[in-house]
Amino acid sequence: MTPDISPLALFVASIFTSNILLANFLGMCSFISISKDLSSSNGLGLAVTVVLTITSAINWLVLHYVLIPLDLVYLRFIVFIIVIAAVVQILEMIIDRISPSLYMALGIFLPLITVNCAILGVALFIEIRGYSLLQSVVYGLGSGLGWWLAIMLLAAIRKKIERAPVPAGLKGPGITLITIGFMAMAFIGFSGMVAVQ
Amino acid sequence: MSALVIAPLAVGGITAALALLIWLTDRVVNNYGTVTISINGGKKTLTVKGGSPLLLTLAQEQIFIPSACGGRGSCGACKVRVETDIGPHLPTEVPYLTEEERARNVRLSCQVKVKHDLSIEVPEELFLVRRVVAEVSSIRDLTHDIKEVRFRLPEGERIPFKPGQYVQLEVPPYAKIKEPTQRAYSISSLPDEEEIELLIRKVPGGIATTYVHEHMKEGERLALIGPFGDFYLRETDAVMLCVAGGSGMAPFKSILLDMYRRGVNNRQVWFFFGARTRRDLFYVDLWRDLEEKWPVFRFVPALSEDPDYEGEKGLITEVLARYIETTMDREAPKEGYLCGSPGMLDACMNVMRRYGIPEDKIYFDKFA
Repeated sequence: MTPDISPLALFVASIFTSNILLANFLGMCSFISISKDLSSSNGLGLAVTVVLTITSAINWLVLHYVLIPLDLVYLRFIVFIIVIAAVVQILEMIIDRISPSLYMALGIFLPLITVNCAILGVALFIEIRGYSLLQSVVYGLGSGLGWWLAIMLLAAIRKKIERAPVPAGLKGPGITLITIGFMAMAFIGFSGMVAVQ
Repeated sequence: MSALVIAPLAVGGITAALALLIWLTDRVVNNYGTVTISINGGKKTLTVKGGSPLLLTLAQEQIFIPSACGGRGSCGACKVRVETDIGPHLPTEVPYLTEEERARNVRLSCQVKVKHDLSIEVPEELFLVRRVVAEVSSIRDLTHDIKEVRFRLPEGERIPFKPGQYVQLEVPPYAKIKEPTQRAYSISSLPDEEEIELLIRKVPGGIATTYVHEHMKEGERLALIGPFGDFYLRETDAVMLCVAGGSGMAPFKSILLDMYRRGVNNRQVWFFFGARTRRDLFYVDLWRDLEEKWPVFRFVPALSEDPDYEGEKGLITEVLARYIETTMDREAPKEGYLCGSPGMLDACMNVMRRYGIPEDKIYFDKFA
């Protein structure tokens, strides 16, 4: 059954109170490895947002018009992954054609997104929570923006940390994971605003 | 209908629909129409179909840019200056380009896609490069790990090389290697022969050398692309100090036999060849014979791991230094010609520098 939550509330919730990275810890590997650099983080964040929005809609359509009617919901993992891979391929070609400069910014990150678990995670949340098509698109877009926000914040913090007197044993991934923990706790502060259902 | 039938049909149907969508997008989006490539200020103009990498597009038009990795962007050899603004360098190009090259808009031609009209600059000598499918006429063991392979060129076809240059051998897919592989080998034959001869040492795990040593048969036809390279004889009076190791002998066989044949007698020619043991020595009779016929030439083989050897013993760098010190005219101008492994080359260069041979008079062909 479709949950009773307005698209606007869902949009805000997916960015802040249920941030896909800081509340669900999905898409962590590229989050940690790419966040060393602000411009790369920006490129990856944009790419994740675009792919998440489009695949949320397509996966919803495939789920409701193919998998559920044929009683094949158990195949959703493989089908969602195939859809994500195909969308990434098509997007890569289109962006390369219409905006070479954007392609330059995203180029190497787009293929990485095929294996970003945040994308599959969002598709599965949409299925589990029974969102409508509109809710799915809003949730996909919001989750993408939330992921983008989180990686930009982490990249900015890591830039500052570079000059901080971090103990030798904690340098690199150690202090990054601790930082992510603090960021996650800070985002909990938003949780009273609206709850995602 | 049973789920055993529906499930594969559904997944297959979705996959096929998506594949069709990708194919359609590729047809529509990657259709760049006809594109003009102007080379060296309009000296040559190509009208080609857009959408492919520049390296491949040029190769289809019989202009072969050297590329040791076959266009995978991992060797950095296929550099071309692009005069048209085609946007910033890709992250895959940056590691292979110096700051100065980036400023001049030098690009890796395998990474640049031909999307619109381009104006490029390539070295003129690359227009001479040919791709010739030749027949393997003989394969002979020279040592336990070096083979002499001769390729017969088709009637009327030639690869117009200078002695010392190299060709790229295209090895077909075999066993677990699914794609053709190109590797560079120095030519050891003479320019006017109907055959091209290569000396190929087996590299453990090497794709092309394993093919040559374990799969190649006489009578087989393989593509040779060339000539490439700037390792060739400089016509001066300076004493020539040639140093090689292993299959690094190949370019010297071509250079020195060509010099002898042309009757070059105005300069001393020393050929130092370093090996480990007696089983790594080859062509000794050829060089001894040349010594007798050609008064300016001396061949000095040296073994580093055979204390019983009656000839020179020790590392080739030690032998080279000893000869410069004791046997040669210290004041005579000298040129260095080196071919072999990077380690051997660097060590020889140090010796040559120590004895006053200027950096720009040391020519080399380094095995990558």
